[in-house]
Parts: sequence; structure tokens; C-alpha cells
Amino acid sequence: MKFDVVILGAGPAGLAAARAAGRRSASVALVDDNVTAGGQIWRGAPRIAVPAGVRFFPQTRVFDLRPGFTLLTESHGAMEASRLILATGARELFLPFPGWTAPGVFGAGGLQALVKSGLPVAGKRVMVAGSGPLLLAVAAALRTAGARVVGIAEQAPLGRIVPFLAKYPAKLPQAFALRARLVGVPYWTGTWPVRFAEGMVTLSGGRTVSVDYLACGFGLVPNTEAAQLLGCRLDDGFVAVDSRQETSVAGVYCAGEPTGIGGLDKALEDGERAGAAATGQAVNPSRGAFVRDLAAAFHLDPRLFDLAEPSTVVCRCEDVSCAALRPYREWREAKLMTRCGMGPCQGRICGPITNCLLGWSAESVRRPLVPVAAEILLKDVFEP
Amino acid sequence: MVKLRCDGVEMVVAEGTSVAAALLGAGVSRFRSSVTGEPRGPLCGMGVCMECRVTIDGVGHRLACQTPCRAGMEVMTT
Amino acid sequence: MTPSPDVMIVGAGIVGAACAYELARAGARVEVIDSGLPGGGATAAGMGHLVVLDDNEAELTLTKYSVGLWHSLAKELPAAAEFWGCGTVWVAADEVEMAGARAKLSVYRQHGLAAELLDERQLYEAEPNLRAGLAGGLLVNGDAMVYAPVATRFLLEQSKAKVTRAAVTSLDDLKAGAVVCATGAMAPALVPGLRVRPRKGYLAITDRYPGFARHPLVELGYLQSAHGDSNESVAFNVQPRPTGQLLIGSSRQYEDATASLLEPMLERAFAYMPGLRACSVIRTWTGFRASTPDKLPMIGRLRDRVYLATGHEGLGVTTSLGTAKILAALILGYAPPIPAWPYRVERFDG
Ligand SMILES: Cc1cc2nc3c(=O)[nH]c(=O)nc-3n(C[C@H](O)[C@H](O)[C@H](O)COP(=O)(O)OP(=O)(O)OC[C@H]3O[C@@H](n4cnc5c(N)ncnc54)[C@H](O)[C@@H]3O)c2cc1C
Ligand SMILES: Cc1cc2nc3c(=O)[nH]c(=O)nc-3n(C[C@H](O)[C@H](O)[C@H](O)COP(=O)(O)OP(=O)(O)OC[C@H]3O[C@@H](n4cnc5c(N)ncnc54)[C@H](O)[C@@H]3O)c2cc1C
Ligand code: FES
Repeated sequence: MKFDVVILGAGPAGLAAARAAGRRSASVALVDDNVTAGGQIWRGAPRIAVPAGVRFFPQTRVFDLRPGFTLLTESHGAMEASRLILATGARELFLPFPGWTAPGVFGAGGLQALVKSGLPVAGKRVMVAGSGPLLLAVAAALRTAGARVVGIAEQAPLGRIVPFLAKYPAKLPQAFALRARLVGVPYWTGTWPVRFAEGMVTLSGGRTVSVDYLACGFGLVPNTEAAQLLGCRLDDGFVAVDSRQETSVAGVYCAGEPTGIGGLDKALEDGERAGAAATGQAVNPSRGAFVRDLAAAFHLDPRLFDLAEPSTVVCRCEDVSCAALRPYREWREAKLMTRCGMGPCQGRICGPITNCLLGWSAESVRRPLVPVAAEILLKDVFEP
Repeated sequence: MVKLRCDGVEMVVAEGTSVAAALLGAGVSRFRSSVTGEPRGPLCGMGVCMECRVTIDGVGHRLACQTPCRAGMEVMTT
Repeated sequence: MTPSPDVMIVGAGIVGAACAYELARAGARVEVIDSGLPGGGATAAGMGHLVVLDDNEAELTLTKYSVGLWHSLAKELPAAAEFWGCGTVWVAADEVEMAGARAKLSVYRQHGLAAELLDERQLYEAEPNLRAGLAGGLLVNGDAMVYAPVATRFLLEQSKAKVTRAAVTSLDDLKAGAVVCATGAMAPALVPGLRVRPRKGYLAITDRYPGFARHPLVELGYLQSAHGDSNESVAFNVQPRPTGQLLIGSSRQYEDATASLLEPMLERAFAYMPGLRACSVIRTWTGFRASTPDKLPMIGRLRDRVYLATGHEGLGVTTSLGTAKILAALILGYAPPIPAWPYRVERFDG
């Protein structure tokens, strides 16, 4: 199967890219590992439909990318593309505190995703915690699903959130609409969980709240691994792109969170530009400052990096504790000596944590991008 | 509706429900034991953390959050 | 100013670390220098199988001596070094290979090594996940495995040698009574013209499947892959890790070959262990062996005060301890514990 353009990821950025590319090219494919298009935010109910004429491959996990370009998929073998648009989104940042590994503690977006995939939460007591605009969206969605949201703990102080909203009045209706759906739900700013045990969350400041579920995420980490496998240059942890969303590798474009955490509007703009640029259409320049302002408003309080006790697990795949990592100076040394990051998630969760807590960078990406059955690696032998 | 079994217990869920959602909905919170024996369950809900691994129809290390329930499925926590 | 050391070792892989350990035990003041992380080169990429091989007398002598040294060291190693006296099962596909297994058995017995022939039934009892229809095998009891990066660190710590992170560009500029070049496959960069070629190997590691395999498994054809000079070869070589993971090897190709041998290597593994097909692979990587024309290491004096310890091909973890014993003897001027001449550096001259 060969296409002019293959778009990896069917979230808002990928769908916008598909729409733009589809205007010009009749040979566009959109690939996503989920059952439906929409990505994390529109999961299952995308507000941009997959454009007619664009081939959509759902439930298609890409585990390898080769120059030229070839995408190896778990279910469809190899796909080829003249140009590639990476719209791989982001995952949540988790930070360790005592009890964070207990069942019942989820990511904020994590619990939302589970609810969208059929988990009933009616009547459940849920606390939403961590940082960022996502918390409000998650809390509202949980409430709509019938959960009793017992509170929202946002680590950023109110004094940073208000000026941010004031600077972006266009976001205000969205914020107010969410808030209106959350009437009666306490929103504690400058507050975070410090412990979870036996269904009790202890918040900084000492308040304890009993919950069925704790939904906790401290913002987003860009999924740059696919770009790294192709050799695209990163800049401060994000995929470096020019004004046309093209990466350092010619013919590879990148859109949405991997180029800077900016949420829905930025993803749509990026996607539009990438889809247009990849098919030779004119592109509008990007507006830019929002990404920086968002990061500044929800900048993480350094006290969050001291919540783990010596025995608190940092690497969940291999159960490597905070104390076990202390003797080491860098990621690879710790990895070779303690197995931190050697498990099936390959450092996707603990890598960003050690970056926050210890200043390490977990830079090494190897194939496969996701664990796959060994026989899948044989699909379509490829000679570079 | 789809009927499946987890650790021998039958459960019935709506079409399209993920295995993770089905198990959690039925009150199963321990999906697997960590390498030191701690109980673990889903975290990220999106196929990244690998904490939701269960055995499905005899195949180990399957991601419950990425697998839709199918009729007759046999799920084992580990 | 601190006085210059008696011996400066360049390269902190398992070979350099073993040399530091041995020389320090013999009383020398040792320092180590490495451009990267100690144990982060080929040592972090390999399988760490401690294995006696019998392709020729010199190889047999060095591997047998070295595996014995590992068994003596085992009690002192930290738990994270994952030393495991697991033995090796050599798998015979057919009657021809079974004859090879019998011949191997008699060689091992002659050298006082414990080994047992496995008939078809015994092979499946030992390794139920091997494919049906294999002829049998040979269990070599004394072989073992170790997690080499941790062992490297242990040896360095025991030596109390100062370890500096810096790239060496000239061996002659280093101030020391003797200089040891233990830079593995990168040795030709410091010793131009050295007959060492990097030989790439792929590996794949799976998630945890405890009990799936119980011994390191090697096909009897392995020696041909390792010692032949064909540009590209693969052999069935699967190792159960103490974690329950499966490490799948092995492949060999010289640096100018570009084809991916990952796929043929996996295919070879599936042909012997069909159940591997369904096992979840979490990472693949490659490493470089330091390969000499006769596949034996180079251990000894290069010139003046410069010594070499490289060229260990696919056996450097195994033979590191023996290498260190020989080199310490040569540097400090006493008789080596086993004959050193088969490994002398100048054997390819002229
Ligand atoms: C017995 C054994 C078991 C293992 N088990 C596991 C396991 O269970 N899980 C697992 O994940 N791994 C496992 N490993 C593999 C190990 O962690 C590493 O993957 C191995 O060291 C080789 O990996 P790599 O090539 O991926 O190197 P990496 O560990 O990725 O390191 C490569 C290094 O090279 C540097 N580098 C790369 N490119 C450049 C460049 N252009 N310029 C400068 N520097 C560069 C990187 O910064 C990095 O430090 C195991 C290893 C052994 C020996
Ligand atoms: C795929 C594979 C599987 C293997 N399986 C096994 C096995 O099962 N059993 C076994 O016994 N062996 C095995 N081996 C072989 C074994 O891993 C190597 O022989 C051994 O690790 C070599 O150790 P070393 O110390 O010589 O080299 P390395 O570990 O590569 O160390 C060399 C060091 O020198 C440093 N260095 C290089 N140049 C410079 C410079 N100019 N200045 C400063 N420092 C420098 C490097 O940073 C490096 O740390 C395998 C190898 C591979 C690739
Ligand atoms: S919950 Fe994280 S992978 Fe399934």
C-alpha cells in the first residue's frame, strides 16, 4: 500500500491535517491505534469527520518507521508514504507520591478514557487532581457520566491562572461553560495530593477526602518517539519544526502536542498547516505565544518533586524505588544498574518522572515503538 | 451486550466496552501483580503505561485498556 | 600532583574492569579512563552467557579457565549481577548434529568438564517449548550467565581504581608505567592497522514469561556462525533471563553489511521455538563484537609499555577474567596461569 501522505494519529491535529491534505491529494491515509477517530479529547466523537476520500485505518498500531517512508503496522503490514505527518499527541505526566501505584489511582485523562470506553462511574466518589486545563474537562465529563466529583486539586496557584485566562479571552467561554457544569465542586488551587491509602486522599495542607477513584495527571508529555525513530531533531524535548510544520527530516511533518503543548486550537492550526504544506498548498503562519503562556501558567511547583518517599516506586514496570535511583548520575547508568526504564513501557512513564525529579533525560528510542508479538516484527522484511 | 469471563466469573457488558472498563466496572481493581508482588491496575487508559496487562484467551501481557470485549472472551488477571 | 599510576587502562568495559581488578589485587596502582559510561559499550549490549567453547584448543583452554574463575567469583558478586549457574543446552536438530553432540561430549569429558547427552525425550523434558522432531542435545553443566554491566561496576569498585570520563586520542600520551588498551571493537581507532573488525549483532528482549525456557539454548550450528567468516549469519540462541524475560539472538555481520538481520534471526529462533512467535518483544538493539581473523582475543604487549586486551568477539564477558589473569602476569612479569602465546598480539604480523 503506497500513499502520497500518511498521517499518524487521528486526534484533532491529524484530522485537521487529513482535511487539509484531502483538499489537494486523492491519496491520503490516516492511521490510529484506537477503535475510532478523535484522539484523546474527542475520543469516539470527533468534531471533524474523516474527510471523504481519505483512507482511515483504525486500530492500527505503528510499531516501526523507516526512512523513505515505511510504516510497519501491527495489523496491516507495511504502508508506504511519500510524505509523513506525525500527529502522535501526548501522554500524561505522572509524579510519584506515596500510594500513587495503588489500583484506584488513574491519570486524569486516563480515567476519562476508561469512562469513554465503557467504565460506569455513576455514584462513584472521584477526586480530580494534578494540573492544567484538562482537569476541568475531565471533571465535567465525569460529572456528566454521573460521578460525584468531590473536588478538583490544581497545583498551580490562582494568581497564575487568572492572568492567563485574562490574556486569552477567547478561552473564557470554554472555561465558564466547564465551570458551569461543575457547580458545587470545590476547585482548590495551589493544592495537590501528597498521599493515597485505602481510599483516602491526603492533600497538601492536610485535608483528607475519601474517594473511590483518584484521577491525577500533572500535565502532558509529548509523544516524540516516532519522530525520534526517524531521526527528527528535538528542541528542548519537543519535535523541532519550521513555519510549515516540517521537521529536520525532509518530507516529515509534525503537528499538535509533539511540537509544543497547546491544546485543541493549536492542534487544529498545526494540522491544517501540516496537511497543506505536505500537499504543496500555501500555509498560514503560526501564532505561537499560547504554548509558552500555558506552560508558564501551569508551571509545576518544585515541591511536587519531593513527594516521593525513599520507598516510593518510580519505575512501575520494574518496581525501582526512589532510593534505588539516588546513587546514579544519569538515566542510562541508572537503567543499566537498576533496570529503571527497562520494562515494557520502556521509560515512557518513569523517563519524564526522572526528568522532573533528577534532571535526567531518557533519550534512547528503539524499535518496536510499542511491544508487539515477536512474529509481527517479521511482517514485511525491509532492507534500508 | 457481550458476555465474557474474568477469572472464571461471568460478566455482561455493552458492545464496545474495553476489557479494562469491564473489569473495573465489575469491581476488579487488581489486574496484575508487579514484579515485587504489589497490586496494580490501569493508569493511563491509552496503551502507554502497560499497567493493565492481563491474559486474554491464553495470551499473556495483553493490554486490557486497548482491547474491546468480545463474546466468550476468557480474561485472567495475573 | 598525584603520582602517575603503575597501569592506566583505557576502556571500562568488562575486559578493562577485569584487568583493573586483577592488577589491583596483584598490588599495582591502577587508573581507568573511559569516554562513556563504564560497562556501557558492547558489555551492555551482549548476552553475558558464560560458556565453554571448543572450536580449538586455545579457545577451549581460555573459556574453561575463565568460567572456572567466574564460579569462584560468584559468591562475592552482588545479587544484581544475576549470576546463575544454569548450564547450556546445545540443541541437535538431526542425527548428523547428534553425532556432533557426541563428539563434543567426549571433548568436554576429556577436559574434565561435566556434560550429559540428552536424547529426544530428555531434551523435551528439559525444554518443553522446543519444536517437535529435534534429535536431542547436550547439557553442559558448568556454564553460567551474568548480567555484565553490574559485574563490570563491581570489578571496578573492588579495584578501587580511579575512573575518569574522557576520550583518549593517543595511547602514548598517557602517563603511566604501562598502558592497557581495552577499547573493544573501537581499538583500531587508537591502534591503526589493528586486525580487529566490528561485527554487529542484533538482540531482542521479550516481556516476562517465567519458565518458558530453562537454560540458555544454542543450536549446534552456532560455532559455524561464530567462527565462519561469512559476511552474514544467524543462529538460534535464546537465553532465559533471571527476570523471566527471553533474550533472543544471535546474528553476525561485518560493519559494511547493511541488511537487517533481525528478521532472519527471529525466523531462526521461531524454527526452534515456535511459541516465541506470540511472545511480546519490548526492545531490540544491536551491539558490536571485536572480531579478529582467527576469532581469538589479542592479549599482550603491543609495543614498549603499551598492552592490548581486545578482540574478544562473542566471548568477552566469559573470557574477561582469564584475560585479566594473563595480562596482569605479562605486565607484572610472572608466569601466566595458562599459556599466553595463542593470544599474542603479533601473531598476524608479516
Ligand atoms: C542481559 C541484558 C538484558 C537486558 N534486558 C533489557 C530489558 O529487559 N529491557 C531493556 O529495555 N533493555 C535491556 N537490555 C538492553 C540495554 O538496556 C540497552 O538497550 C543496551 O545497552 C544496548 O542498547 P541500545 O543500543 O539501545 O543503547 P542505549 O541504552 O539506548 O544507549 C545508547 C547510548 O548511545 C547514545 N547515543 C546514541 N546515539 C548517539 C549519537 N549519535 N551520538 C552520541 N551518543 C549517542 C545515547 O545517548 C545512549 O546513551 C539488556 C541488556 C543486557 C546486557
Ligand atoms: C550481540 C552480542 C552478544 C554477545 N553475547 C555474549 C555472550 O553471551 N557471552 C560473552 O561472553 N560475550 C558476549 N558478547 C561479547 C561481549 O559482550 C564482548 O566481548 C565484551 O563485552 C567486550 O568487552 P570490552 O570491555 O572489550 O568492550 P566494551 O564493553 O565495548 O568496552 C570498551 C570501552 O572502551 C571505551 N572506549 C572506546 N574507545 C575509547 C577511547 N578512545 N577513549 C576512552 N574510552 C574508549 C568505550 O566507551 C567502552 O566502554 C556479545 C556481544 C554482542 C555484541
Ligand atoms: S492503562 Fe496504561 S496501558 Fe492500559
